[in-house]
Amino acid sequence: MIGTMRGLLTTARWLLRRPVTAHYPEQHMPVQERYMGFPALLTDDTADEPFCTGCMVCVRECPTQCMSAQMHDNPKFADGSSHRRKIIEEFEINLNRCILCGICVDVCSFDAIEMSYEHELASYARAGARADLTLLLEQGKRYVETSGWTPANPEKNSAGAALAKKAAAAPAAPASGGNEESA
Amino acid sequence: MRTQAAYETVDMMLNMGPQHPATHGVFRMVLTVDGERVVDVTPHIGYLHRGSEKLAEHESYGQVVTLFDRLDYVSNLNNELIFCRAAERLMGVEPPERAQYIRTILAELNRLASHLLFIGTYAIDLGGMTPIMYGFRERERIQNLFESVTGARMMHNFIRIGGVKEDAPPGFAPRVRALLDDAERGVAEIDRLLTFNEVFLARTRGVGVIDAPSALSCGLTGPSLRASGVAYDVRKDYPYEVYPYLSYKVPVGENGDCWDRYYMRVLECYESVSMVRQCLDQMEDGPVMAQMRRIARPPKGEVYVHGENPRGDIGVFLVSDGTDKPYRVKVRPPSFCNLVALRPMMRGAYIADAVAILGSLDIVLGEVDR
Ligand code: SF4
Ligand code: SF4
Repeated sequence: MIGTMRGLLTTARWLLRRPVTAHYPEQHMPVQERYMGFPALLTDDTADEPFCTGCMVCVRECPTQCMSAQMHDNPKFADGSSHRRKIIEEFEINLNRCILCGICVDVCSFDAIEMSYEHELASYARAGARADLTLLLEQGKRYVETSGWTPANPEKNSAGAALAKKAAAAPAAPASGGNEESA
Repeated sequence: MRTQAAYETVDMMLNMGPQHPATHGVFRMVLTVDGERVVDVTPHIGYLHRGSEKLAEHESYGQVVTLFDRLDYVSNLNNELIFCRAAERLMGVEPPERAQYIRTILAELNRLASHLLFIGTYAIDLGGMTPIMYGFRERERIQNLFESVTGARMMHNFIRIGGVKEDAPPGFAPRVRALLDDAERGVAEIDRLLTFNEVFLARTRGVGVIDAPSALSCGLTGPSLRASGVAYDVRKDYPYEVYPYLSYKVPVGENGDCWDRYYMRVLECYESVSMVRQCLDQMEDGPVMAQMRRIARPPKGEVYVHGENPRGDIGVFLVSDGTDKPYRVKVRPPSFCNLVALRPMMRGAYIADAVAILGSLDIVLGEVDR
């Protein structure tokens, strides 16, 4: 009897307090800063192209083999507006298979891929979870906006900085590290 | 008129599970009952078998950590820790001290979260709906902290061979301290709500008793063994990480009944809180990753490493053939080994107590079936 009364007392004490739950989907709990949602590809603003060179390291290291990538020659390398010889042509991640482990981010040495804050998987289309290059880049842009992400190694990976460095090392070659459109 | 012999009864088979809410997953028990009493029980497992051990042979060492996350999905960080320790032992790598502190803090917080979940679900098994609300509230706070440290709420992939993925975020220590105060209050609240409740006592006292010798011979470990009065704790007996530098008690029970098994976990919650506090006091700045090659490639050899999970003594037997993939990974899952004690505990108990006994072992089917 005493035990039951004590239990009821505990319950009564909480009766008038605010609930701790949020009513999804009307309310969304904020994600933490390090939250790892679906992987997204990032855009190099200094050359207006993805950071990703299609080197396939992440594809090989992914434990669920949910990614595929294809590269081609970068036209901007030919006209000197980018330092990337090769650039990604097609990239697909099957978000249904992705286990959000973050291994792809760890192995990429080009700052090209990052775990975004996206985490809602539901879609109307049957193939809605197969994220292609356009969607991945779009998610990356949204991630950069909300998190203020900057490349960890800009001297090596940003086209602007890399070209400027190259130009400084070899002053004979003219450098144009701007935002030239060629596609 | 019929004779007495015509009324002789036969034992009845009663199937429980696999889709039964009180079996904590997909677990099937075939009970042989004589009236209201259980005569025998046969557990059937394997409904959640994913072949993790075999899969591990095809993954590199770094990727195997993600498989260990999914074994005991209520105490992921403890599982990661045990595999990483095994690989480190094989490679002869010692993680830096700060990494060990972070690992210990996370492992203990995970133990706390796991025990809170147990307390809540155990009350539900016995028909009490309230405690799980409190248990989940506290667990949610801990999961939020994990999210801020590791980036994920459950499948962290944070503990790495040779250290941890990255350092704790700024403001980690004050945040954990605030959380511990909340958690301690929360555990006390559930304790007050449930532990000495008359109905709860009537359902658990003297139910599913197992004495120390038979508990040992069944291979029980963890809180379930300590409830029978055996003070065996891997953290104390075979210390690892920074446990030797912490002072804590190992709660030991007397009767080995369901109530003791429940109460051991409540007491362990308080111990975990004090351990994390000590870790925060002792922790110093420094690197969090040992100097080693990026791709782990242990030399040829084999190693067995074990540690204390919330459910008991988890062990990993790891064989390396010198390549970047393990040759064999064998897990000794505590839940699976604890299930051996199910039969001696259940014999002679009431059918209604079968749920109480199974619940008190705190099994996680992801780990039983692997
Ligand atoms: S994301 Fe990084 S690792 Fe993956 S293909 Fe692109 S550059 Fe290579
Ligand atoms: S997060 Fe993991 S599973 Fe997902 S794409 Fe990257 S490596 Fe693959």
